Amino acid sequence: MGLISFLKSKFKNKDKSVEEYSQGMEKSRANFSNRLETLSKKYRKVNEEYFDELEEILIESDIGVSLAVKTIERLLDESKKKKISDADQINELLVDILFEDYMSKGNDFHEIRFNENGPTVLLVVGVNGVGKTTTIAKLAKRYKDMNKKVLLVAADTFRAGAIEQLQTWANRLNIDIVTGSQNGDPASVAFDGMRRAKQTNADLVIVDTAGRLQTKQGLMDELGKINRVISKEIADAPHETFLIIDATTGQNGVSQAKAFSEVTKITGVVITKMDGTSKGGIILAIRDELSIPVRFIGLGEGLDHLKEFDLHKYLYGLCVK
Amino acid sequence: MAFESLTDKLSGIFKKLKGQARLTESNMDEMLKEIRVALLEADVNFKVVKEFINNVKEKAIGQDVLKQLNPSQMIVKIVHDELEQLLGSGENEINYQKNRPTVIMLVGLQGSGKTTTAGKLAYLMKNKLNKKVLLAACDVYRPAAIDQLEQIANDINVPVVNMGTNVSPVEISKAAYKKAFDDHFDVLIIDTAGRLQIDEQLMDELNHIKLSINPDEVLLLVDAMSGQDAVNVASAFNEKISLTGVVMSKLDGDARGGAALSVKHITNVPIKFSGIGEKIVDLDIFHADRMADRILGMGDVMTLVEKAQEEIDEKDAKKTVNKMMSGKFDLDDMLEQMKKVQKMGSLGGLLKLVPGMPKVSPEQLAHSEKEMKNFEIIINSMTKEERKNPAIFKYSRKIRVANGSGKTVADVNRVLKKFEQTKEMMKQMESYKKSGRMPPGFNGKFPGMF
Ligand SMILES: Nc1nc2c(ncn2[C@@H]2O[C@H](COP(=O)(O)OP(=O)(O)OP(=O)(O)O)[C@@H](O)[C@H]2O)c(=O)[nH]1
Ligand SMILES: [Mg+2]
Repeated sequence: MGLISFLKSKFKNKDKSVEEYSQGMEKSRANFSNRLETLSKKYRKVNEEYFDELEEILIESDIGVSLAVKTIERLLDESKKKKISDADQINELLVDILFEDYMSKGNDFHEIRFNENGPTVLLVVGVNGVGKTTTIAKLAKRYKDMNKKVLLVAADTFRAGAIEQLQTWANRLNIDIVTGSQNGDPASVAFDGMRRAKQTNADLVIVDTAGRLQTKQGLMDELGKINRVISKEIADAPHETFLIIDATTGQNGVSQAKAFSEVTKITGVVITKMDGTSKGGIILAIRDELSIPVRFIGLGEGLDHLKEFDLHKYLYGLCVK
Repeated sequence: MAFESLTDKLSGIFKKLKGQARLTESNMDEMLKEIRVALLEADVNFKVVKEFINNVKEKAIGQDVLKQLNPSQMIVKIVHDELEQLLGSGENEINYQKNRPTVIMLVGLQGSGKTTTAGKLAYLMKNKLNKKVLLAACDVYRPAAIDQLEQIANDINVPVVNMGTNVSPVEISKAAYKKAFDDHFDVLIIDTAGRLQIDEQLMDELNHIKLSINPDEVLLLVDAMSGQDAVNVASAFNEKISLTGVVMSKLDGDARGGAALSVKHITNVPIKFSGIGEKIVDLDIFHADRMADRILGMGDVMTLVEKAQEEIDEKDAKKTVNKMMSGKFDLDDMLEQMKKVQKMGSLGGLLKLVPGMPKVSPEQLAHSEKEMKNFEIIINSMTKEERKNPAIFKYSRKIRVANGSGKTVADVNRVLKKFEQTKEMMKQMESYKKSGRMPPGFNGKFPGMF
């Protein structure tokens, strides 16, 4: 199934969205030049070397060797079956395959799913320095702009300056924040946060946590405890748990996703620093192994530098150098 | 991702090649393919892997396979040695100035660990090297970055030049340098804001800081978890502001850290430090051998060495025992033996994994490393005759050796005592070997160790 037909079947009854989606794609197709185009000019008719180069493009995006090899093998198969040997069509097929792979793992949705009644809780986790706190500020702005009442909870009591950092964003956004003391128990800050959310009827509570490497059992246990305290205070909370992945992350990203999934129920990935030159291919490996959807992408340090994840644009970008 | 151990994969291939005594293009190819995958899985950049593998191939072709290794192990050994050599090359000391403050500037992408490392470096230099250290807070962009540095500095009692967020980083660093100079600080550490290497404006800013204070060290922070793009980041920073060193951060996680190889290969800038935790003390000098193990997947090389060691040691041990029995075991032999054991110890806790080996703590290891260095210095100050026949040592000879090596007579005595112990131990070993039993508590303790 080609991309367009796949999309059509996906949106069978929503003709308008198909149109919009296809139009959007048209645009990115215009940008979809550079490396792939040069490649296809160079080859026109593809040979083995061409597939090697495509594999290289994928590996250099951090998608991982095994997924890259698997994808290219499928590409070879399908191009043979469909008797495609034109470089441009091969490239289309590659994007199709990646797209279908992603969609076959589950739904592609982005916005926070709000709880019917009572506060919706979003827990934000990840390794050190990936952009948790900044992403929280961006998300807070996004939902404040949608007229949601947002509350921040500064449960990173460990890293020097972390509380002040979130506090600064809260001040700039003029939203409520719950803080504890430096080196205090983060779970008790989370507890206070849940209490405050109920008292003030917040729509969205976002809990910042300290960066932690997934191999540190003590810190992972601490996260489990934060999670439990939240669940105890608000039924079904946290409703969303976002794992923040830095676009520069290599193969370790999968280990991160696995380990964090063991202590919390990760409902989405946010990929940050996509304004840099890294392709962030590891999110496809994470999707492949753990089916976690990508919800948002970070494109800079400012409050507005957050976009909904757009799979087709992302995939085209991935293949462009 | 489950990494099948490299040695496992290779040994499968090896079965087909059993008995081949020389490395050739064809018998290496399949093995090199596996090594290529291992390096890519460790996040070494694709192009770097290509070049690296080609270099290894050229080096390896025609080499005889060491007696105690099989061809696949031989290849891993060559790869490992090459990795270690590449990673470890270059001057990795900080160059301290005598008549003015030494200026160290930390640069890198957002979230790579600059501020934490600034604190760790300050702590190390202040507490371990007795330097008078000043920090400068030049990250005026990220909210509360200055608070972060202030808090860290406060904990370790190091002053900070903090001019708020309304002064340009160039002005702050100039003022900091003036203060460091006027107040006779030994070291000034500049913490800069994280930035993308493609952000021209911010890269220009770094360059301005550099031009205005002329730092002795410009250190790039590289996250151990970085993927393929680390090469582009490192080469852009290097081109713009000429790096003098790299610090690998977050090595306490389980990332294989292939970025270290990528960055070193592309920039040839020496890797000077490793960040190994969030605490202020968690900074170590960079160990190329450990990094090579890690990139290849720790266990692999250890298995290799373990296997090789079994054979080498048995042969060596026999030789040593023979020497001893014939009264020829001397101080040189002892030193050589200590070095061998030491080398195994440095291979990332190999000792812990060898059955029957005593448990060794890092402190013990560090201690024995130091002890061995001392022994070496002392033994090198002896005459050939003394080394061959330590029995001739009298007080006057001891004084001469002590003076010559800059040690004390007590130190010399320690060497001689160790020699006697080792001899004794080996004698016992030999007799137990004959009886087929090891004494309890003896537990395969290597002669010459501890
Ligand atoms: N260029 C760019 N920088 C980002 C993005 N998101 C975050 N950053 C920067 O990355 C750095 C680290 O971000 P933080 O939000 O402090 O990361 P964190 O995960 O909260 O860090 P810790 O709490 O220390 O583990 C800061 O300098 C941010 O400005 C992004 O999308 N693009
Ligand atoms: Mg944070």
